[in-house]
Amino acid sequence: MSPRPLVAVVDYGAGNLVSIHQALTSVGAEVRIAAGPAGLVNADAIVVPGVGAAAPAMVRLERQGLVDPIAAWLADDRPFLGICLGLQLLFEGSDEDEAVTLGTLPGRTVRLPDAPTLPHIGWNQVERTRAHPLFAGIDDGADFYFVHSYAGAPPDTEAISAAPEYADGLVLARTTHGQPFVSAVARGSMVGVQFHPERSGTDGLRLLANFVDLVRAA
Amino acid sequence: MLRRRVIPCLDVADGRVVKGRRFVDLVDEGDPPELAERYAREGADELVFLDITAAPERRGTLLDIVERTARRAFIPLTVGGGVRTVDEMRDVLRAGADKVSLNTAAVADPGLIAECAGRFGRQAVVVAIDALQRAPGAWEVVVAGGRTPTGLDALEWARRAVELGAGELLVTSIDRDGTGSGYDTALLRAISSGVEVPVIASGGAAGPADFVAAVRDGGADAVLAASIFHRRIHSIADVKAAMAAAGLPVRLIPQAVA
Repeated sequence: MSPRPLVAVVDYGAGNLVSIHQALTSVGAEVRIAAGPAGLVNADAIVVPGVGAAAPAMVRLERQGLVDPIAAWLADDRPFLGICLGLQLLFEGSDEDEAVTLGTLPGRTVRLPDAPTLPHIGWNQVERTRAHPLFAGIDDGADFYFVHSYAGAPPDTEAISAAPEYADGLVLARTTHGQPFVSAVARGSMVGVQFHPERSGTDGLRLLANFVDLVRAA
Repeated sequence: MLRRRVIPCLDVADGRVVKGRRFVDLVDEGDPPELAERYAREGADELVFLDITAAPERRGTLLDIVERTARRAFIPLTVGGGVRTVDEMRDVLRAGADKVSLNTAAVADPGLIAECAGRFGRQAVVVAIDALQRAPGAWEVVVAGGRTPTGLDALEWARRAVELGAGELLVTSIDRDGTGSGYDTALLRAISSGVEVPVIASGGAAGPADFVAAVRDGGADAVLAASIFHRRIHSIADVKAAMAAAGLPVRLIPQAVA
């Protein structure tokens, strides 16, 4: 593996790519913006960023010929980071607009229940449910920046915090806004975060550096 | 627990940070990306750029500043001032902004809020409301930098903007702006109690106690200020320490330099 792994950041028109590009570059990745399947060739990892609604995002990914390559990438358990909408798209569907999404992960994207304000905008604590190298060197309960109204809800969310049998489960961390929701997941080489590490100051950069380390080790 | 945000606002004209009393007597206060990076280091939770460049042909300068800032300060950036179309919003987001704040253009064409929210998501659409008090408990929306009355009731406009797709409201008291007499907590409370989205308080901050009042009495989720930070009258750390002492949840930066 090269010292600067090649990370393909998927561009499907869902917002600001400057900060994720710059943040990944600053922690040692070679970044390529990928607007089609050709952009994924020879990549060591894929990052799907994005904010907004699921249905238009799926339409754009489909139109750009990216749905099948991303699904195949995930099926092969290759290094992947989904951020915000990029995580939500991994679930089966979204209650926001009834979109059918990739279905890599069990469960649906649902509106945050009992939230005192929506969208949930700002810094909130990310509380880990198990150890994972993605959070190496980051305090449990550290603040990260969120901006969303919906979040992926794996079916076993309720059982996660207490049950030891979920110690190696999907959920990595939870955050509370009204009710607790899942704010980070991992399965194999796939990781996903509901917050924006590229907008979360030094802890965010640390998390991205940890991801790049995981890519190097893959 | 969601933290209450402290947001420095940078008024930008022709590529420089300026401050005057509401668009007059402008004083050059520095390079925007440099100031942005300093604020991020000192614990700012977000940044707002308000472009007060009058001439549309100079918009390219703003996009360049947004991009240079996004490359240096890894905290969220909202850009306001002069965005009139979905395409202009797209350009600002592509340059590295996370949110765009709509003001005069949204009053002129409320459909713009829905269009922008439909295209980029409501979380990217901040509607800025400049309010002037007309009677106790009654405020009128004013535009064009506070000079032009609209006849719109500020509370009604706030609710309408949210229905149309605003993900956040930036509420400025024109009566208080630049006066240092504290935020208009009655205005903030009236608006924040009527909408589900976060409300950002603006206009009138003189000291840390004003930030506490905006959240505690006004129900604001975030508090914005400009000159007291630029001129180093108070640091972000001072303000956050006062908020924390008042029992408000804030994000404290251990390595922050005051």
